[in-house]
Amino acid sequence: MLVLGIETSCDETAVGIVEDRLTLHANVIASQTDLHAPYGGVVPEVAARAHLEQLLPTIDRALVQSGARLSDVDAIAVTHGPGLVGALLVGVSAAKGLALAHDLPLLGVNHLRAHVEVAQLEYGDLTPPLVALVVSGGHTSIVVMDEDGTFRQLGSTIDDAAGEAFDKIARFIGLPFPGGPEIDKLAWGGDPSAYAFPRAMQHDGSYDMSLSGLKTAVVRELRRLEAAGQEPDLADVAASFQEAIVDVQLEKTLAAAAAEDIDQVVLAGGVAANSRLRQRFAAACETNGQRLVVPSIPLCTDNGAMVAASGSNLLAAGSSAGIDLAVDPNLPLAG
Amino acid sequence: MPTTLTLRCAAPEDTRALGSAIASLLRAGDVVALSGELGAGKTCFVQGTAAGLDVTDPITSPTFVLVKLYEGRLPLVHCDVYRLETLRDVQDLGDEVLAPDAVTCIEWGDAITPLLPEDRLEVELVHGEDGVRIVELRGHGSRWTDVDGSLSEVCEPWR
Repeated sequence: MLVLGIETSCDETAVGIVEDRLTLHANVIASQTDLHAPYGGVVPEVAARAHLEQLLPTIDRALVQSGARLSDVDAIAVTHGPGLVGALLVGVSAAKGLALAHDLPLLGVNHLRAHVEVAQLEYGDLTPPLVALVVSGGHTSIVVMDEDGTFRQLGSTIDDAAGEAFDKIARFIGLPFPGGPEIDKLAWGGDPSAYAFPRAMQHDGSYDMSLSGLKTAVVRELRRLEAAGQEPDLADVAASFQEAIVDVQLEKTLAAAAAEDIDQVVLAGGVAANSRLRQRFAAACETNGQRLVVPSIPLCTDNGAMVAASGSNLLAAGSSAGIDLAVDPNLPLAG
Repeated sequence: MPTTLTLRCAAPEDTRALGSAIASLLRAGDVVALSGELGAGKTCFVQGTAAGLDVTDPITSPTFVLVKLYEGRLPLVHCDVYRLETLRDVQDLGDEVLAPDAVTCIEWGDAITPLLPEDRLEVELVHGEDGVRIVELRGHGSRWTDVDGSLSEVCEPWR
């Protein structure tokens, strides 16, 4: 069964094609990063217009890459939330059109679950229970996938998402958008212990996180140095800031895994492309004897393959959507 | 001339409490425009305002999705125009922003002053020493001139 997946929830127009749930045949991304860079972030109207222009050519490119024709496709999967409403609508409308025109099942994919489930393309079938850290520009959540494949949210950020913190601090220190990869790069030349930025762990037994105070602390430190006439070492700032974010994610995720007695950890979402996060999780999981499942970088950032993979699971479970599939900008991961 | 109050919040809980106190004066159609540097406490203030409006859902940063809508005693629209640089982009945010039946809290509101209604409460947060925030409230338009006395009264603890 060949499933074509369409992803337009934010700033990437992406299409993936997956066969029989586990085999990736195409993964094409028409990134809008260059369009949004002058704004320092994603602008919803720019995103929606660009999706509209790029989606059909991206579908064509994915079909060419896979060597399949549209008539070979067995189902159309599309992200229907969470994300920017205008951006989601472009993908969902196109998917409905394709499903109707070719009389194919339509599959409504949850973007956050897809970030987790994409790992099956590289690791084979996921074997829950597992704990997943889903970190991106708009989301930072720790979830459990139970043995029956259902998701439970254990905790999430109570203020800023990790990717948002990266973007905001990057912009504050004058780095271009998107800020995550820029800080990652800059941090390689810095000392992660140069500045003692706070780790707001919310020691209240919950797995919620707070990243707003960290952002404030970085701003205050830079202002303090400026007032003292000192030039900050931005590589040290980037490394120390990044380390604080990684510490919080790592400690909370591993505490959740321990409390749930689960020995499998999945990293998912765009921030899972961060090299320090990957490095620290790899080391910690090895020490603890836990299995770490972390997709390759092109499958961490938003992509169409994850939508096709998650859609394939829905198809196999017989959960196709009606033609009235609605977009839900706040679609929760669990439930 | 707008009514201006200069207040002092010693900690985030204090900023939240001030937001809650001001919520007691809010009614449908009110606009609260927040400005201040990264980390100054804008979202923190809105968390307090939301609590004061009996919103039970957690208030998280609206930066990524730009607009979030909450149900409370009045609907609360929380938006963030941090990433928007042109007025047109703000106009594209949607009908719920500045809706007459809701309270709209808009972060980085100073960037879009020409688009805001004349009746609005401006809240400017500035980093002070030792984590203190200096909060300047400016009530613009007849809506806020009318409640001038009540505003000073509810803000008394932070003078």
